[in-house]
Amino acid sequence: MKQAAGGRASSAPVMGGGAEPTIFELSFPGRKCAQLPATGVADMVPEDWLPADLLASGLPALPEVSERDLVAHYTRLSERQYSVDTGAYPLGSCTMKYNPKGFDQLAGMPALASASPHLPVSRSRGWMRLLLELEWSLCGIAGMDAFTLQPPAGAAGELVGLLIVNAYHRSTGDLDRKVVIVPDSAHGTNPASAKVAGLAARTVRSTDRGLVDVDALEAELDSTVAAIMLTNPNTLGLFEEDVERICRMAHDAGALAYYDGANLNAIVGLSRPGDMGFDVMHVNLHKTFATPHGGGGPGAGPVGVKDFLAQFLPGPIPRPAGGVKAEGVIGTEGSVGNLGWGGSEDIAAAGTAEGTGRARDEVGAAPLEWWWPEQSIGRAHSFHGNALVLARALAYILVHGSPGLRRVAETAVLNANWLLRAIEGAYDAPYGRPCMHECVVSVANLKKAAGVRATDVGKLLLDRGFHAPTISFPLVVDEALMLEPTETESPQTLAALATTLVEIAGDAQCHGSGISADSPQRTPVGRVDEATAARRPILTEDDREG
Amino acid sequence: MLQRVRLRLMRIPEELQYTKEHEWVAATGSLVRVGITDYAQDALGDVVYVDLPEVGKSLAEGDILGEIESTKSVSEVYAPVAGTVVEVNGLLDEAPELVNSDPYGEGWLCVMEIGDAGGPEGLMDAAAYGAITNG
Repeated sequence: MKQAAGGRASSAPVMGGGAEPTIFELSFPGRKCAQLPATGVADMVPEDWLPADLLASGLPALPEVSERDLVAHYTRLSERQYSVDTGAYPLGSCTMKYNPKGFDQLAGMPALASASPHLPVSRSRGWMRLLLELEWSLCGIAGMDAFTLQPPAGAAGELVGLLIVNAYHRSTGDLDRKVVIVPDSAHGTNPASAKVAGLAARTVRSTDRGLVDVDALEAELDSTVAAIMLTNPNTLGLFEEDVERICRMAHDAGALAYYDGANLNAIVGLSRPGDMGFDVMHVNLHKTFATPHGGGGPGAGPVGVKDFLAQFLPGPIPRPAGGVKAEGVIGTEGSVGNLGWGGSEDIAAAGTAEGTGRARDEVGAAPLEWWWPEQSIGRAHSFHGNALVLARALAYILVHGSPGLRRVAETAVLNANWLLRAIEGAYDAPYGRPCMHECVVSVANLKKAAGVRATDVGKLLLDRGFHAPTISFPLVVDEALMLEPTETESPQTLAALATTLVEIAGDAQCHGSGISADSPQRTPVGRVDEATAARRPILTEDDREG
Repeated sequence: MLQRVRLRLMRIPEELQYTKEHEWVAATGSLVRVGITDYAQDALGDVVYVDLPEVGKSLAEGDILGEIESTKSVSEVYAPVAGTVVEVNGLLDEAPELVNSDPYGEGWLCVMEIGDAGGPEGLMDAAAYGAITNG
């Protein structure tokens, strides 16, 4: 029997092929979903209750549709989604790995899903234990001393981390540190977060090997620098070999070192940002720890810090009652090590079922309490963040254990390297060396020879049953394609993806830009006019008619 | 079926001067007109928004002059000379695509007045700029 690739979605259903109308176009005057019997209670007249200046001049223009049309409309839209449940999703830097369904089921358990965050401590012990165990697991995995689980996304984590950096410098009276240094390959969120945190971003260039230029960094590090932000491996999928030296240089200049955890999937279970010298970091649970994301989340971007920054964390944080105890987990140096998760030699125990089991024993039946760090920057989210996402992440960590997490990283790196080797003859490989969990190739060769660009390759992939990779990023590579296959795609899917990419390059070389001008053709909406959409956006139904 | 490959040759007018950051400069006395090159607009892709400085702003050479947003990215434009901004291209508010369609003409960005008497220095001629963009 012929073997097929499970991640190839070329059979995804699209009936008829037309664009779905908007809900307003389906509206018909007077049509309703549900028709309720008369209650016998008199209508409330707004004029009797509200001052005239607060009243609208007319009824809002809401769509009027039957339940039948309403359900059909949204069902059709839902079928036109592409998700990790549909097929491969090699969107670089996003770690779109498959999310195991068992963890969804677990998060849906009424005991977890129905608990109110307003319950008193005596009725919240299960949830508090869950959050505490996740915090400790992340400490072990990342080499940090304390975590807040509140931030709901990676960028939110960056902001919280930088606010902690600000609070730290304020506490030492160092008020002039207003600059954050980011590499030119950084995610766009880094400079944006710096700006939102009241800081200014300064870019440091990469070398032609794709790594931070240490000499250029040296020149930038002065008494105005609050922190450096680094992603490791970086957005080119390359490990920053000088990372320890870079963190030391930052510290010598009085700055802190921030680790952007976007690419943690490459190193989870293998090395730890805390050991590299970072002081503060975020972890994208929705990437590395396989909780759902895309389409707006909800995600989770917990922020971890070294001991000396723990007093600034958002609160409240669950901890054993009485705070710093003999086995004190929070706030004392080396204390985390008592749980077997401390030094780098103990990575094997980090986050394992065994390690957490030990943590369970240590805490035992000790009562828990909510703790507000002394100089907390305040809440980062209502209650405790996207709690059900946190439950899924802890389940993922416990089920995999340390050896499993290490295999996750190793397989993700192997898959990316396999893919890179399989396509590097057809595309330019700008750095000519092994990558980590994602690879960046350039379409510059096809642009030069045939006028075909990265965006065209992305569109052509859609027609052939694969989600497009990240394109035109990182900015330091011309016409970049950034591919992150993750560890969850099979060798058959990787082979099908590689073959398709090589075919596209071959077709482009043979036939020129004509092959892509009107692609994609097999999607519900064809090539969209991105430039006009950005220049003259139509944002309301009224604009549309006008 | 073999489709014809349409490849554009990047235009580099002889009469202009260039920076390695892909700005062009046209000097007339103490006034210099500034824009981005054909190569730069092609690399950026479809331009959707141009952020220009206030008239009257003085800039050192290499300062950020403005930002150009395309469907791919947001890129900074650097002041090719030190001086004061005396005029900006108001057309770009409504029609940022002029940067793509006519980078050396209607897609100009601003006019700067050079502070001291000397003309712009350290810029490349067309041949030198052509050499770095043909690599």
